[in-house]
Amino acid sequence: MHTEYVIRGALLALLNDRAKYGYQLKSEFEASTGSAWALNIGQVYSTLKRMERDGVVLGLGQDEEGRPRYQLTAEGREELAGWLSAAVERSVSSRDEVTMKVLMAAATGAGDPTLCIAVQREVSMQTLQTATVARDTATSLADRLHLERLIVSCTAELRWLDIAEEALAGGRTPAPGEVGDTTTTTLRTEDLHG
Amino acid sequence: MAEGDSGEAAGSQVDGPVLRMVGVVQEYRDGGRVIRALDGIDLTVAAGEMVAVTGRSGSGKSTLLNLAGGLEEPTAGRIWVDGEAVDAMTRTGRAELRRRRVGFVFQSLNLVPSLTASENVALPLEFDRVGPKPARTAARQALERIGASELADRFPDQLSGGERQRVAIARAVVGRRRLVLADEPTGALDEMTGRQVLRLLADLADGGAAVVLVTHDVELAAAADRVIRLRDGAVDQITERPSAPASVAELLR
Repeated sequence: MHTEYVIRGALLALLNDRAKYGYQLKSEFEASTGSAWALNIGQVYSTLKRMERDGVVLGLGQDEEGRPRYQLTAEGREELAGWLSAAVERSVSSRDEVTMKVLMAAATGAGDPTLCIAVQREVSMQTLQTATVARDTATSLADRLHLERLIVSCTAELRWLDIAEEALAGGRTPAPGEVGDTTTTTLRTEDLHG
Repeated sequence: MAEGDSGEAAGSQVDGPVLRMVGVVQEYRDGGRVIRALDGIDLTVAAGEMVAVTGRSGSGKSTLLNLAGGLEEPTAGRIWVDGEAVDAMTRTGRAELRRRRVGFVFQSLNLVPSLTASENVALPLEFDRVGPKPARTAARQALERIGASELADRFPDQLSGGERQRVAIARAVVGRRRLVLADEPTGALDEMTGRQVLRLLADLADGGAAVVLVTHDVELAAAADRVIRLRDGAVDQITERPSAPASVAELLR
């Protein structure tokens, strides 16, 4: 439920200056994060209800137009400060699909791992090309920073593909006197884990 | 590749591609060994196009650029620049071609320190015996074209790294040269300045130049319309930028 956790943090931040109602939070959320993330209004209210239950926001009842408004509590302020100041731990999933495809192709011989790499490289490069143009014409800070992150992750993927390709190329050269390449491929697969 | 026409015909058309390479092979002798740096390269770059050439060091990137600019003579294959067959030229002919039609931008910011930016930009024209007045006008125009008019009277040591590279780019296109060859042009610059220089090269292409950019950096290469990946002297993979621009929402899910 990572997404929910991020939405909760964002709602706390948006309520920091004054009490607001759901649609206001939805549109401010979208304005400050860019066009990339559209929030569902139902999700906004269900999150607010949960936050009210946890005591981090307080329901103020409906305003003259019948819109339920919420304000931050002292506890909410504390949670917000904690959320903003805590570092996010990163980890690389050992279940990454691209990694698994390359490893499975290499380990089983069911497919050509270099083909998996070439196909992925083309798509990542095209995304990078498109994202570069979009970044250079981005009109909001939010869009630009989202795109910069996409660019960095495409670049990282392309770099990984090069590394994997080289590791596999090393693995496919049979040792002197060796006929098949099954053994070396298996060895390389282990190298990739290491 | 050019659409279906024979090499000679396409090569001799001025309206054809600015750069055309067909079956280009380059070998070097290392003692008794022959090293094949390029192994049958086909490449066509039209006016208005920016092409990036990537690959590890030793993949043949720089050799390709040297051949395209007439700095080296190919072992085999054919090369045309603006319809002129470079491979058939004498050394003198190639030197003249370089002066008249090809602009180079290198990583090292090789401006002459005792000359102003504008004089540096005019330098290739003076070698070409263009009179000082038209040369000066052309230099001003080239600086203007890349938005660097304000640098005209400054000396290289009064310019930042990014500004020097902008002057070098102006020098590469002075006198309406249509082929711009850039070898790691952002190598000496910080990331943001490097991006500006890249954008400048892309703008040159939008303005009708044919730009070939050699870089090991895939992020910079992605600024090009077409990315050609070399491996062991041969084309390993070609990626074209998708023609439909994606919206931010499509890119970020």
